Amino acid sequence: MRALQAEGVKTIFGYPGGSIMPVYDALFDYTRGEKKCFDHILVRHEQGATHAAEGYARVSGEVGVALVTSGPGVTNTLTGVADAMLDSTPIVVIAGQVAINALGTDAFQEVDLVGVAQPISKWSYQIRHAEDVAWAVSRAFYIARTGRPGPVVLDFPKNAQIEEIDWEPMKINFVRSYVPYPKLDAEAIRQAAELINNAKKPLALVGQGVELGNAQKELQTFLEKADIPAGRTMLGLSALPSNHPLNVGMLGMHGNYAVNLKEQECDVLIAIGMRFSDRVTGNTKTYAKQAKIIHLDIDRSEIDKNVKSDVAVVADCKESLPAITALLNKNNHQEWRDSFKPLDEQERVKVIEPAIHPKEGPLRMGEVVNVVAEKSADDAVLVTDVGQNQLFATRYFKYHHQRSICTSGGLGTMGYGMPAAIGATFAAPERTVCCFMGDGGFQMCIEELGTIMEQKAPVKMILMNNHYLGNVRQWQDMFWMRRKSFTKMMNPNYEHIAQGYGISYTAVTDRKDLASAVEKMLATDGPYILECAILEEDNVLPMTPPGMNVNEMMLEI
Amino acid sequence: MEEKKLYTLLVYSENVAGILNQVTAVFTRRQVNIESLNVSASSIPGVHKYTITAWSDEDQIIKIARQIEKKIDVVKANYFTDDQLFIRESGLYKLSTDMVLNNPEISRTIRRFDAHMIEVNPTYVIVMKHGITEDIISLYRALDTFGCVLQYTRSGRIAVTRGMQEQVSEFLEEREQNG
Repeated sequence: MRALQAEGVKTIFGYPGGSIMPVYDALFDYTRGEKKCFDHILVRHEQGATHAAEGYARVSGEVGVALVTSGPGVTNTLTGVADAMLDSTPIVVIAGQVAINALGTDAFQEVDLVGVAQPISKWSYQIRHAEDVAWAVSRAFYIARTGRPGPVVLDFPKNAQIEEIDWEPMKINFVRSYVPYPKLDAEAIRQAAELINNAKKPLALVGQGVELGNAQKELQTFLEKADIPAGRTMLGLSALPSNHPLNVGMLGMHGNYAVNLKEQECDVLIAIGMRFSDRVTGNTKTYAKQAKIIHLDIDRSEIDKNVKSDVAVVADCKESLPAITALLNKNNHQEWRDSFKPLDEQERVKVIEPAIHPKEGPLRMGEVVNVVAEKSADDAVLVTDVGQNQLFATRYFKYHHQRSICTSGGLGTMGYGMPAAIGATFAAPERTVCCFMGDGGFQMCIEELGTIMEQKAPVKMILMNNHYLGNVRQWQDMFWMRRKSFTKMMNPNYEHIAQGYGISYTAVTDRKDLASAVEKMLATDGPYILECAILEEDNVLPMTPPGMNVNEMMLEI
Repeated sequence: MEEKKLYTLLVYSENVAGILNQVTAVFTRRQVNIESLNVSASSIPGVHKYTITAWSDEDQIIKIARQIEKKIDVVKANYFTDDQLFIRESGLYKLSTDMVLNNPEISRTIRRFDAHMIEVNPTYVIVMKHGITEDIISLYRALDTFGCVLQYTRSGRIAVTRGMQEQVSEFLEEREQNG
């Protein structure tokens, strides 16, 4: 407890069980009365604890903490651990374990946690004795939050939980084999600046690294000085405000049309804190071959992993961006930036308008997102589940405030939305948290409605119900001869479910009721479920089919 | 596709449990077979040295080295081709004593390959050879033509770099100073 306190932990998402009982017994005193320093949020499933910790971390910038028992308790967290690994989210999972003399005996609720967690965590460690607690906990938080952040798993055998020692606090901020912040390479900075200064058609790709490095201002100064248009990855959406004049939209398979095409036309491509995911690049054999590529990343193993760079700057972008900016000439690329506009207009007419202002037929996801974005406060946090709801929500939500998006980008974890939104409400109680989910993902962590009920967590849940696993259905229609194999879904009566949990609920089926229903949801204190009856077979567009070239993006199918 | 070569990775790590698992997992994930593996304490106290060989192209071995170096307790991971290294392996050959006595050509072959008999008894002879991979395999092939080999085994590779010094101790000193 003291070790967690020393790391500044305030909120713990957890679920007790046999092997973690000593910790829970100690926690009891630290969550009430004069010793109180933590809030413990009892989740309904351990997967929810890790996603809540992720949502908490993403919005607050602090390390999220999950506390669970051994065996199934911790195997249930592994989806969240893998999710946090792919999306560079700092969380620490502390799990009970059988006592060390029972390790390897297939004891009740024993699992080789360090073994299974190693490939999907930044660090995993077994605390075998009480005297290691201070060191291991401090090291865990140091590793989770520094450099490229990520999940750390601590396996805590029961004997180490009950051994008594004299408490000696310890603060780890150095690990000799681990270099979280590589030193700036002046020559790379010079080369990058030279390429940008000579560029006629520069294009920046902004990733979550900018948010993680807290370099949103440095990014704007950099872009503005050299007048560089910038696309953002899905995780980087709130690193640059939606209304910034140099923002040219979202990258990727379902991103914006112009920026995807322009990736194949620019002469210098500047990737900042992003990892050239296959969802961004499409076919890497043809991707941006005409361009010189500058890659800024804190993680050296990302350089040349997916796309080869001409200049690599391995450093925290909080340092590298100002260093490059200092060497840049003030520039104007008006003509180049204007060349995006006709393509934007094509997308607006063919895709955006029909999606957000449809005239007839059932409700569409795009218009629901658009209304919520218009009606909610500027600092609202967007949380999404995975699938069409995620793609529509990320496309049509508006971002005005940094750290405003929680979505599972890398692992694509259905069920992420609801628990991550719970975490977000604890990270930023003063901000509105809007969580868009489909009927599939809503049911994948539906048990967390219990947590929302108990905590009165003010999650505004927008359930976009199309009775389909919509994204898979879209792919079946496009690539699998319209054979809708097990994507149609029978749904429960969500109004009854909301009633069961005592959560306010409204259903919208008619377009004319949408705006007032959204206003009512936003004006209501506490949690809310807004169920929207959505066009069953809607498609997310534009789209670059997987493995295709990004300039082959389709506006219609 | 670049041509595949035999690369040698030299990995230095802290001496903590479970590192080998993490190192080999990087190979497994990319479905690259490890040809040979040697782990031993290095000259630096508390630091272990792994010498790993694998067939790969350069593009892939760079990624593997970086993924390994990214592990928290790994100090350094660098890859080399054979011309950058001084390499040794050992081979042990257990031969039938009868056949060795009856065919003087076998003893001549052993001498020609600069190998040594390290044990002789009425049933078998143990021959040992240090050298580079090809020589050890060639000796096996030569002995095998006589049909005298009862058992044969080859060690993992050990290697030191031909070029500049290994920079691991310098790196650690610099880290400790700035840390």
